[in-house]
Amino acid sequence: MEKYWQADIETMSREDMKALQSERLVKQVRHVYDNVPYYRDLMDKKGVTPDDIQSVDDLHKLPFLSKADLREAYPTGMLAVPMKDCVRIHSTSGTTGRRVVAFYTQNDVDLWEDCCARAITAAGGTADDVCQVAYGYGLFTGGFGLNGGSHKVGCLTLPMSSGNTERQIQFMRDLGATILCCTPSYAAYIGETLHDMGLTPDDIQLKAGIFGAEPWTEEMRRSIEQSLGIKAYDIYGLTESSGPGVAFECCEQTGMHINEDHFIPEIIDPETGEVLPEGTVGELVFTSITKEAFPLLRYRTRDLCVLSRKKCSCGRTLIKMAKPKGRSDDMMIIRGVNVFPSQIETVLIEQGYSPNYLIEVDRKNNSDTLDISVEMNPEQFSDKVKDLQEKERSLAGAIKTMLGISPKVHLVAPKTITRSEGKAVRVIDKRKLHD
Amino acid sequence: METIKQFSIFVENKQGKMAELTRLIADAGIDLRTLSLADTRDFGILRIIVNKPAETEALLRENGWTFKITSVIGVKVPDCPGGVATVLKALNEANVNVEYMYAFVNRTPGRADTVICVDDEEAAFSILRSKNIDLLTEAEAYDI
Ligand SMILES: [Zn+2]
Repeated sequence: MEKYWQADIETMSREDMKALQSERLVKQVRHVYDNVPYYRDLMDKKGVTPDDIQSVDDLHKLPFLSKADLREAYPTGMLAVPMKDCVRIHSTSGTTGRRVVAFYTQNDVDLWEDCCARAITAAGGTADDVCQVAYGYGLFTGGFGLNGGSHKVGCLTLPMSSGNTERQIQFMRDLGATILCCTPSYAAYIGETLHDMGLTPDDIQLKAGIFGAEPWTEEMRRSIEQSLGIKAYDIYGLTESSGPGVAFECCEQTGMHINEDHFIPEIIDPETGEVLPEGTVGELVFTSITKEAFPLLRYRTRDLCVLSRKKCSCGRTLIKMAKPKGRSDDMMIIRGVNVFPSQIETVLIEQGYSPNYLIEVDRKNNSDTLDISVEMNPEQFSDKVKDLQEKERSLAGAIKTMLGISPKVHLVAPKTITRSEGKAVRVIDKRKLHD
Repeated sequence: METIKQFSIFVENKQGKMAELTRLIADAGIDLRTLSLADTRDFGILRIIVNKPAETEALLRENGWTFKITSVIGVKVPDCPGGVATVLKALNEANVNVEYMYAFVNRTPGRADTVICVDDEEAAFSILRSKNIDLLTEAEAYDI
């Protein structure tokens, strides 16, 4: 029997959900218009007033917000309540520019933790579980978000944060952790370390993992499931929209249910901004309809994905989003071709290689070069140069088939590519150095 | 069948990698009987025959090197013109492919002992035996 955290919401009829969304949207637009001058200006420029928004069908009339807007409004330009009403901030890493600081009221934190509790429940979590949170704690949303959700569900929560992998495994064993929450690349690393310590999935109690905060492939999922002996569930979110828990996977593992009572999703054409019909791939846009402190309307996530209202066997009626194909800023244009790291990862795992790889893009003699270093496992090593070169050639061929451009593949020794305890660094684009 | 254990070790073409590896082996008191390096732009495969195979295997494993133990044939080739040619001709007659070969350095006067890796050991042994070409025993190869 499928368990829900908030059954009334998670299985609500489409009509009721639409009514709930409309009611909340109308209120939210008024709240933002009255309290966020930055967005009021955008609405005024577009000639839209709060009165023009009567239901979710009017959503398309509102202006978009982009990451650039948030940077411009840094640090408090998007704040919609007095600072004294806020109880917490989180922040993006700021690796690709100025940081974004998101504010939370106590109510915002509560609703966010409910979203995470839905995810944990959907992964089979109950008050009987021991939930190990190995996402970073701090400005990053991952640690605190899942920690809060785990408390709500009533799990015994292990606030491990990321890093110190052998200690992670020791706690996992000694306290019988049953659910692991971290980035997929860190989960893969924990699996690898477990095996290096001479242990197998039989030595741990883990049954499920909730992994997010970076794009990962189906192949990576299978590989993690095997190495840890668990079912691995995807979770989606971004700091701008509170953190993990915007969408979560159920037992079907065929996409993530979006918490539509808090976030209205749209898919748009990233070029024209036009709203695309359900089932079309495009850029995901979210409107937060319950956030008080940092309510973003029509925020462009830059994640490319597709939505589906197909009936789900878990009984939830919440719309599903497919695993994002990649974030539009992860996309590289190499020799004129769009390339996502996830496409390369898919080929590597299909061909039996480890998900530890490094993509280096450079420009030589006005032509882009694509070099991929891939770890081989000890069984793949051959003492004949021509065998290894043949492996490199055949892998390069498979990647060419996927991408349409030829890479140079370099096999490297096992465990020589740096492991990540948080979000993995998969791409080094040296072309940027020349620009 | 008398095959010799050869260690083939994956060495990335990075400054100091080869020195690190040979230093590790020397510090463990292991002697290299012979070595050969096959390399490309990215990586090399160091092939070695040592006096203490068991210790070497444990050492490499503990230190995380990627390696394989390959069985190779040691041939006692007469140190005279055409010595190697005779051996290769025999193998060729039996349709045995030589993957690679390299020599031991100057051990027994009058002989140029050679390491040969072939695709079909059994066929190689029978043809070499039938041609009265002597093979190195493991003890001779490791020089115990
Ligand atoms: Zn479902």
